[in-house]
Amino acid sequence: MFSMAIVTSALELGFIYALVALALFLSFRVLNIADMTTDGAFTLGCAVSATVALTGHPYLALPAAMLAGSCAGFITAALQTKWGVPSILAGIITNTGLYTVNLAVMGFSSNVNMLRSATIFTLFPGSRLILAMIITLLAGAAMVLFLNTRLGLSIRATGDNPDMVRASSINTGFTVTIGLCISNSITALSGAVLAQYQKTADINLGTGMVIIGLASLIIGETVFRRGKVWMKVLGAIIGCILYRFIIAIALRLDLPSECLKLVSAVIVACAIALPNIKKNKGGK
Amino acid sequence: MLKLENISLTFNPGTVNEKKALENLNLHLEKGDFVTILGSNGAGKSTLFNTIAGTYLPDSGKVYLDGKDITKLPDYKRSKEIGRLFQDPLKGTAPNMTIEENLALAYLRANHAKSPFSMVSRADRAEFRDRLAMLNLGLEDRMNQPVGLLSGGQRQALTLLMATLVTPKILLLDEHTAALDPGTAEIVLELTKKIVAEHGITCLMITHNLASSLALGNRTIMMEGGHILLDLKNEQRAGLTPDDLLHLFRSQGLDNDRILLS
Repeated sequence: MFSMAIVTSALELGFIYALVALALFLSFRVLNIADMTTDGAFTLGCAVSATVALTGHPYLALPAAMLAGSCAGFITAALQTKWGVPSILAGIITNTGLYTVNLAVMGFSSNVNMLRSATIFTLFPGSRLILAMIITLLAGAAMVLFLNTRLGLSIRATGDNPDMVRASSINTGFTVTIGLCISNSITALSGAVLAQYQKTADINLGTGMVIIGLASLIIGETVFRRGKVWMKVLGAIIGCILYRFIIAIALRLDLPSECLKLVSAVIVACAIALPNIKKNKGGK
Repeated sequence: MLKLENISLTFNPGTVNEKKALENLNLHLEKGDFVTILGSNGAGKSTLFNTIAGTYLPDSGKVYLDGKDITKLPDYKRSKEIGRLFQDPLKGTAPNMTIEENLALAYLRANHAKSPFSMVSRADRAEFRDRLAMLNLGLEDRMNQPVGLLSGGQRQALTLLMATLVTPKILLLDEHTAALDPGTAEIVLELTKKIVAEHGITCLMITHNLASSLALGNRTIMMEGGHILLDLKNEQRAGLTPDDLLHLFRSQGLDNDRILLS
C-alpha cells in the first residue's frame, strides 16, 4: 500500500514535528499549561530560519530560531506570571502579536523560499531522514537529562504539585518562565528545521500546530502509558511518527487535501476523548 | 540560634477584618532546642511559622538566624536553611514524580553550592536508599514508584526525610501528624524524634496533643492572641502532667477548653 517514498517522508516529517510534541510534553504535561504560543512560535522558527539561511548560514539559523522562540515563550510567561493574564489568554495574545512579528521577519511578505540557497539538508552528507532523526533524538536526550537536573525537577514539581512548590518556596514564576522559554525554543526549532526541509517558509505553516502536537503527544501516551521520563519523551516522538502515518493513510485513501484539517481535528478529539471515555466505563 | 525580637504582624490593618496575628512576640531558641507549641486556633502559631519561614514579613521586629538578620530575606532563599512540614500529607511531595525524584529535588535544592543543572550521582542514590531504609517502611524498594501510590503516613514520612535529607538549621512541624490515623501518627512521631535527635536539629512543633507536647522535646510554649503566654523549659517542664498543663493555662485566664477542642 505504501511506497518507500511515502514511508520515508512520513518518518522525516514525523521526526521534525516530533519536536513540537516534545515542546508540548514540557508545557502541557510537565508544567500543566496549554500553551497557545505554539502556533506562532512555530512560524517564528520557520521565518527566522529561512531569513538567516538566506544570508548563507543555515546552521546558525537553528540556534537563532531557538533564541527567537524562547523570547516568545518569555513574553507568554511574563504575561501570566508577572501581570496576571490567564495562561491560555497569555498564549493567545503572544500568538496574535507574533503574526505581525513573523511577517516582519520575512520582510513583510507572506512567504520566503530558499530554492537556490543552501540548507542544513543540502549541506549534510547523509540522508534527510538521518539528519531529522539526529536533531530530534538529541533534543529528546537533552530534555530527559534536563528534567533530572535541579532546575528540571523544580519545573516538574511546579506542574505536579503547586502547593508543595509554594510551600517549599521554589519561585514558581521563575520555573514557569524557564519551562515556557525552553518549550517554545523547541517548537521554533521544529519550525526552523521544517522550513529548511521544505525550502520555504510560509506565514500559515504554524496554523493548527498546537493541535497536531497535542494529537501526537496523546497518541504517544497510548504507547507508553506511564513510566520514566525517557519513556514519555520517546513516546512523544513515536506518537508524532504514528500521527504522520495516519495522515499518510488518509491521503492515500484519496482524501482531498482540503479535508486534512478536519481529519486532524477528529483525530485529536478522539485521541483526547478516548482515554476519558474508557476511564468512565471503568466505573471510576 | 533563632531569635525573634518584638515581632508584630497585623492582617488587614485599618479594616473591619483587622487581626493582630502577632504582637510584640519574643522568642529565643538555643541550638538543638526542640520546642512544642500549644495554642487554640487563631493564637498565631502558624503565623509564627510563616514569619520564621519568610512567607509573611513582620510589620515590625527582627528575625535572626545564627546571628544573621534574615527579617527581609525572601522565603525561597531561607528554605535552604529551614525545613517545613504541613498538616496535609499531600502538600509536601509531588505525586507524579517517583520517590527518588522527590528526594533528588529536596537534596539538590538544599545543597547550596550546586548549579541549577546539577544532578544526583549514583552515590547520592545509594545514600537515599539507606536513609529510606531507616524509615522502616519498605520504601527503599519502591524508589521508582510515583509518590501518589503511597499512603498519607508514608508520604508524610517521606516529606520528613526530604526536609531533613540535608540537615536544616530549623525544622518547622505544623501539626504534621494531625491528619494521620493514630497508629500512623505514632510511627511518624517516633521517626520525627529519631531524626531530630540523630542530627541535633533545632525544631519547633505545633501540636494539639497535650501529652505529646510534654513527652517530646525540651521546651513547651503556649500561645494565645499573638503572644507567648507560657514558656516552660527543662526543669520547669519535667514531671508536668497534661492535667497540670491545663491548670496552668486556666490560671492564665484561659478558662475554656478551646485548646483541647481545637
